[in-house]
Amino acid sequence: MELSSRESWAVIHGLVLGALFLLAFGGALAGLWSLRPGLVTTRGVQERVTRLKVGLGAMAAIAWATVITGSWIVYPWYRVKLAGAKFDTCQGLELPSSVCSPRDFLLSNVSGETERWHEFGMEWKEHVAWGAPFLATSAFLLMLYYGPRVMARPWLRTAIIVMLVGAFAAAAVGGVFGAFINKVAPIS
Amino acid sequence: MSTEGNTPMNPQTHDDAGISPEIAALHLEDRPDGPGAAMMISAGLAIFALGFLTVLAEASKGANTWLGTWQWGQGVGALAGKTTIASLVYFGSLALLWVIWRNKEVNLKTAFYVGLGLGILGAVGTYPTFFQMFAA
Repeated sequence: MELSSRESWAVIHGLVLGALFLLAFGGALAGLWSLRPGLVTTRGVQERVTRLKVGLGAMAAIAWATVITGSWIVYPWYRVKLAGAKFDTCQGLELPSSVCSPRDFLLSNVSGETERWHEFGMEWKEHVAWGAPFLATSAFLLMLYYGPRVMARPWLRTAIIVMLVGAFAAAAVGGVFGAFINKVAPIS
Repeated sequence: MSTEGNTPMNPQTHDDAGISPEIAALHLEDRPDGPGAAMMISAGLAIFALGFLTVLAEASKGANTWLGTWQWGQGVGALAGKTTIASLVYFGSLALLWVIWRNKEVNLKTAFYVGLGLGILGAVGTYPTFFQMFAA
């Protein structure tokens, strides 16, 4: 199987970077959740906090890389208007082509009721996913700034977890709609 | 939001080692909560800016066109302006609040709720069913 340049970028954006962020969330959540007095030794605190700093820093970097590659590399291929106002060149197609972009294809409804995938799915995904890097970066900076002190402050730990869950939710909306939309109207 | 200078007259405001004996051996110095508050509020501000610009781009064709000028010929459309400005709001407000509050004790709970409120409003602004109600 050979991937085109566009398909490779779609894979890097969604399947590599996006999936990495979503997978890393579980580890970060578990690490933060059990960072409580009485559960970890002094040596354990140092190891755990270092791991959380590295992990959250990586998550923040991955979140930025995901939204930047998505918005600035993959999205222009998705949204380019090739088919005209009435999507004439999409007629009879079963998938997007060089004369009918994925956006044109979805809006043309030539392959069933696909308009809502763009009007709702893509419109939501392209915006809300940008919340992930903001929240992940702040969660990382909080961990970096407070370090082991987070253990003694349950309220602060909860606040970081809430921000991390928010970042995950934003990324999950982007990931789920991205996967479905790329199934219905793939970038090629 | 209440702030209090972390001066030598008020050197210790948190008893972390007392609450968590595991970290007593680490001999950590106390740190003011001002920078932490800046981190919380800036994330909320950025998401609010993103939601506000999303609604604005839908409501005004002029704003949509202007936001599209941020794409530098890459074909990103108005999304380029919305996300670039939101990112500038994030890093700008983070740096500004961090500098202003670097030695201050700021109420972290208040900062968190302010950030959370802004974030929720911004998230609503990015929801298609909501922002499409403002279509010009």
